[in-house]
Amino acid sequence: MEKTTSASDEKIISDLLPRKYNSKGVVWIAILLAFCAVGLFAYYRQLKYGLIVTNMRDYASWGIYISNFVFFVAISLVGSLITAVLRLSGVHWATPLTRIAEIIAVSAITFAALIIIVDMGRPERFYNLFLYGRLQSPIIWDVVVISTYFFISVLLLYIPLLPDMKILLARKDKDTKRFTKLYKFLGSFWIGNHIQELLSKKAINILCVAIVPVAFSIHTVTSWLFATTFRPGWDSTNFGAYFISGAFLVGAGGVVIAMYVFRKQYDLEKYITDDHFDKMGRILVMLALLYLYFNVNEYLIPFFKMKKPEEAHLMGLFRGEFAPVFWSAIFGGMIIPIFVLVFKKGRKPLPMFIVGIMVVVGAWLKRYLIVTPTLLHPFLPMHNVPAAYTHYFPSWEEWAIAFGSLAGALLVITIFTRIFPILPIHEIITERHEHDSK
Amino acid sequence: METGNTSRKEFLAALVTTGLAMAGCTSKKNPFLVAGEEVPKATGEMVKLLSVDGEIIEVDRSFLKPVPELPAVTNTEARMGIPGKKFVMVIDLSRCKNLKKCENACNHMHHLHSGLSWLKVYPMQQGEHTAPYWQPTTCMHCDHPPCVKVCPVDATFKRQDGIVLIDADRCVGCRFCMAACPYSIRVFNWEKPDIDEAICEQTYSCETSVPQKKGTVGKCDFCPDMIRKQELPHCVQACPNGTFFFGDLNEDTVTNGAETFRFSELIKDKAGYQLMEDLGTKPSVYFLPPVNRNFPFEKGLEND
Repeated sequence: MEKTTSASDEKIISDLLPRKYNSKGVVWIAILLAFCAVGLFAYYRQLKYGLIVTNMRDYASWGIYISNFVFFVAISLVGSLITAVLRLSGVHWATPLTRIAEIIAVSAITFAALIIIVDMGRPERFYNLFLYGRLQSPIIWDVVVISTYFFISVLLLYIPLLPDMKILLARKDKDTKRFTKLYKFLGSFWIGNHIQELLSKKAINILCVAIVPVAFSIHTVTSWLFATTFRPGWDSTNFGAYFISGAFLVGAGGVVIAMYVFRKQYDLEKYITDDHFDKMGRILVMLALLYLYFNVNEYLIPFFKMKKPEEAHLMGLFRGEFAPVFWSAIFGGMIIPIFVLVFKKGRKPLPMFIVGIMVVVGAWLKRYLIVTPTLLHPFLPMHNVPAAYTHYFPSWEEWAIAFGSLAGALLVITIFTRIFPILPIHEIITERHEHDSK
Repeated sequence: METGNTSRKEFLAALVTTGLAMAGCTSKKNPFLVAGEEVPKATGEMVKLLSVDGEIIEVDRSFLKPVPELPAVTNTEARMGIPGKKFVMVIDLSRCKNLKKCENACNHMHHLHSGLSWLKVYPMQQGEHTAPYWQPTTCMHCDHPPCVKVCPVDATFKRQDGIVLIDADRCVGCRFCMAACPYSIRVFNWEKPDIDEAICEQTYSCETSVPQKKGTVGKCDFCPDMIRKQELPHCVQACPNGTFFFGDLNEDTVTNGAETFRFSELIKDKAGYQLMEDLGTKPSVYFLPPVNRNFPFEKGLEND
């Protein structure tokens, strides 16, 4: 089954091989490392003095760590959307984007798990979750589904990498030579014969089917961390679907940003084409409309009834202290992107990139709004507590850790692109062959 | 005979202290030595002791020392609760004038970090034209406790006598229970509690909830240690107006120390109700509405 590599294949391979960072890349890595270092220092302080270094208190007992956790889980869902949902529905144009989506998924879900440990008052007792875990608790459900999702995502990243590692080993390119040992360790058993190809195809198909329910579970269960409580703003049967639609939206936004950056940085115009942006733009519009629909349900119906406990919460969002953030998230994260992307000109790479950033930032703010305002509107009055308890604005340690974790996730993606081709070489070649033979 | 008796007493006392010291053994070379402490000089006076193997051994008196107070019940017993009991509390809102004696006694007896309170007195007003009143609020010790449902590690649990407690040695500090509790009664030890070192070093007991620990959740525990001593919880004892009644539903009796009522009659006569029982939490705390009040609401403002 060894195919002879034609000149066009050679071109594809040399275009897509991992390359050394240029000066921009080095600066980028330095910035990310600096963020991570500050985050680690802040976490050291938190370990030393306790969660008192955060501005969370008894009412706002969850803050941006949990928002960040929900954000990470949300953005990681894109792996299943691009790889599994599109593949299973026979969409081939998205093949070049699968690896981008999958590395985003793996790195985001890893940091979701890390940030939840950061949020714990007693991280050294993490093992209690395994020693004394109780199946009634939604946290245990989350532990189960998130670890399952992590492993399936890693496999979906790894298996399609095998043929590419063979290519990398065969090429002995000067930029990838230093990773030869790693490639050998990870993929030397791959010969690429018929049986292996068949097995890998089957495995990928099975994983694609398996990851869809698991992906739905991770974000549904994450929404249940809130929806299983009585609190206004969380006590909603809409939450699972609402979270999943939002997750697909932010994930697609993240992929668009990555597409733009990689295309620019590695001159991939031939592989990530304007057509890809156009199609991702259409998907984004659809997802934004879907998320907007769930938002209407989530806010308008309680607003219509205006139950007493909901009133303070909703008014805080609509025109109170959270109003600026709320309306930025609704307009910046949904309505403006929809208006930009319905026009063909709006689906060009640069406007798409800007919209992608708006969607991702809007989504992060949205996660903040889901977590905090509810906690600041308890059923019983906030009385006789220090003034700091009645408000919440994250401390510098919380910001540092939150941004450190975001930088960490980006760092994982950046390092991955240095070692492995960010577009699946083998799959692109195969698809071109199939396309040509038709 | 006289001397024999004394030495027997001494022997027993020594046995108890050493036995307890042994219970606290660690893997350190000298289990009786706290880090940084000097080795005591031998006095030469030997004391006979019974070892765990049943052998009689001789130990120098200077090596004996009192051990920190250990909990009266084991963790397993504390998790099971007192058989045949179902504890309830009745809070008579017509008697409260926000003196906060309950809150202070509770804070003091449970050695809480300054500024933290498990028991809070809220000024309540249901509607624009309804009368305000003071509502002392403890843990409701729900029969369907939302906090227990969500705890991932069984650190907070419901006992057979109806009490909901926290094992601070197991709590991972995820604070899901705080989000789940609709009564917002749970508090968190955001930093190391500013309490006496001596208290800090005590072995934690779920029944006393002492000592509170950094990074874990705390809340009203209905004072099961007091109940075991046949005494009333600290808040009940501290209230000069007899606002709190405590008792056993199975015995159908509640008391504030001075007055004792049939629980069912008290609830019937005074139209007792539960807080937010519409949420299905089945609270063990009942409130008597603030009718025929002993004090006007404004009286409580002085102390707010």
